[in-house]
Amino acid sequence: MGKQIECKNCTLGYEGVPVTEGINFTVNSGDYLCILGENGSGKSTLIKSLLGLRPVMKGDIDWCEAKHGEIGYLPQQTLVQRDFPASVREIVISGCMAKGKFHPFILKEDKERAAKAMEQLGITDLEKHCYRELSGGQQQRVLLARALCASGKILLLDEPVTGLDPKAQNDLYEMIAKLNADGMTIIMVSHDIHAAVKYASHVLHIGSKKQLFYGTKEDYVNSKLGQSFINSEEAEHDE
Amino acid sequence: MNETIQTLLTYWDLEFVRYAVIVGLLIALCSSLLGVTLVLKRFSFIGDGLSHVAFGAMAISTLLSVTLKQASHGNSVFAKFLEDTNGMVIILPVTLLAAVLLLRTGQNTKIKGDAAIAMISVGSLALGYMLMNMFPGSANVSGDVCSTLFGSTSILTLTSTKVIICAILAAIVIAVFIIFYNRIFSVTFDENFAKASGVKSDGYNLLIAIITATIIVLAMNLVGSLLISALIIFPALSSMRLFKSFKSVVICSAVISVICAFVGMVVSILNSTPVGSTIVTADIAVFLLFSLIAAVTKRN
Repeated sequence: MGKQIECKNCTLGYEGVPVTEGINFTVNSGDYLCILGENGSGKSTLIKSLLGLRPVMKGDIDWCEAKHGEIGYLPQQTLVQRDFPASVREIVISGCMAKGKFHPFILKEDKERAAKAMEQLGITDLEKHCYRELSGGQQQRVLLARALCASGKILLLDEPVTGLDPKAQNDLYEMIAKLNADGMTIIMVSHDIHAAVKYASHVLHIGSKKQLFYGTKEDYVNSKLGQSFINSEEAEHDE
Repeated sequence: MNETIQTLLTYWDLEFVRYAVIVGLLIALCSSLLGVTLVLKRFSFIGDGLSHVAFGAMAISTLLSVTLKQASHGNSVFAKFLEDTNGMVIILPVTLLAAVLLLRTGQNTKIKGDAAIAMISVGSLALGYMLMNMFPGSANVSGDVCSTLFGSTSILTLTSTKVIICAILAAIVIAVFIIFYNRIFSVTFDENFAKASGVKSDGYNLLIAIITATIIVLAMNLVGSLLISALIIFPALSSMRLFKSFKSVVICSAVISVICAFVGMVVSILNSTPVGSTIVTADIAVFLLFSLIAAVTKRN
């Protein structure tokens, strides 16, 4: 149960303008951290910083045992991907590209890795299918398998259920929970407070100026902030 | 039928026809390989934009060679060099620079990708035409402009040096594409993911930009600057109608492109139609055919 990522008093922002200050949290091996926050609170900046693509303005992120590029990333779908002619297999294998040295061709171990990832996510039978002809939920699983190929330790998911129907959302959440149960560390950025409360072990809630909460899920549910957030979401659901 | 074959064989005996066919097929192959990536990255218009830049650069090089000649009373070595290389020494660097700038702006800048392309494209077309009119390289300006834009005759006036240069560049493009195929796929499909997992996607974007510019400068000889886009996008779009994996799309578009280029050249020789537009017509026909097949198979 080692420490994997430690974020110490970080200030996030871009082009010299700080968005959020005082971000403090730790991710341990096997955690399921859910990052909540409204639009514009710096969630996507935090993702970029965690991936090592953007330096933090102040403070420090320590990737204790997880090196750069060892975080499997599930980005939000882009417009380009929607009608992309590629087979499931090709996409999953592309997750192995960053590993190790440069090889012009695909190695046998990469193929095995991809096959294992597809099996884990139950998409082996879709291997030869065309990505653009899959349902939204299947597409997310393909991208998740690709993320698994890139990392064996940590998955960083950026609003993974956006645009899925309720059943597919549920399936995907269960899938992620299963990966977590098998020992994978999960960091999930989400709007979905209910999923956070149901699945996560830890919650990080960031506001537009500063960090509002970091702690275990139980503490969050009992906190004033957690209560009000859950209630406001429920009120919205009832309308 | 026999007569047609006879005519073709007579033409095949001519050196410049063989040169034209070799160069034509190589260019068709290169442009179709890259076309798939460009179309998928939403850069279909970069071919158009860059070809106009190349047109502008060609006007500048004509201007340079004319003024140098006048200044030195026809003794300028550089002016002769410019003429010999068809202005390649100016056109290639300028187009490369524009390609790098355009693909850079594709991401997060104030002027968005498509607007930047439109701006550069129209701007250099206008400036190029103005320069050509103000400082005509020959007596027939509109003829010059027409052949630069539509490549009417330049492919039939290739020297063996040019064919060799073209073959070397084409070989480099194909080799780079094969060696970096997997990375190019990964950057094309999902730049954010590629970046996050440590693939140097900026480097690969730069590589794609450089190859694109090179192909466009090469293709100007074949179809002229206006029709280059067609060579880049049509084979890719056609094969995307039918094929479902990236590899098959790439292979199919290469095959389509080479066949269309060959058929187009044969038809243009037999009927003395303009080479560039005949090739593109063949590409359009294949696109329509593939769309039809796709529609029929979907219904079933």
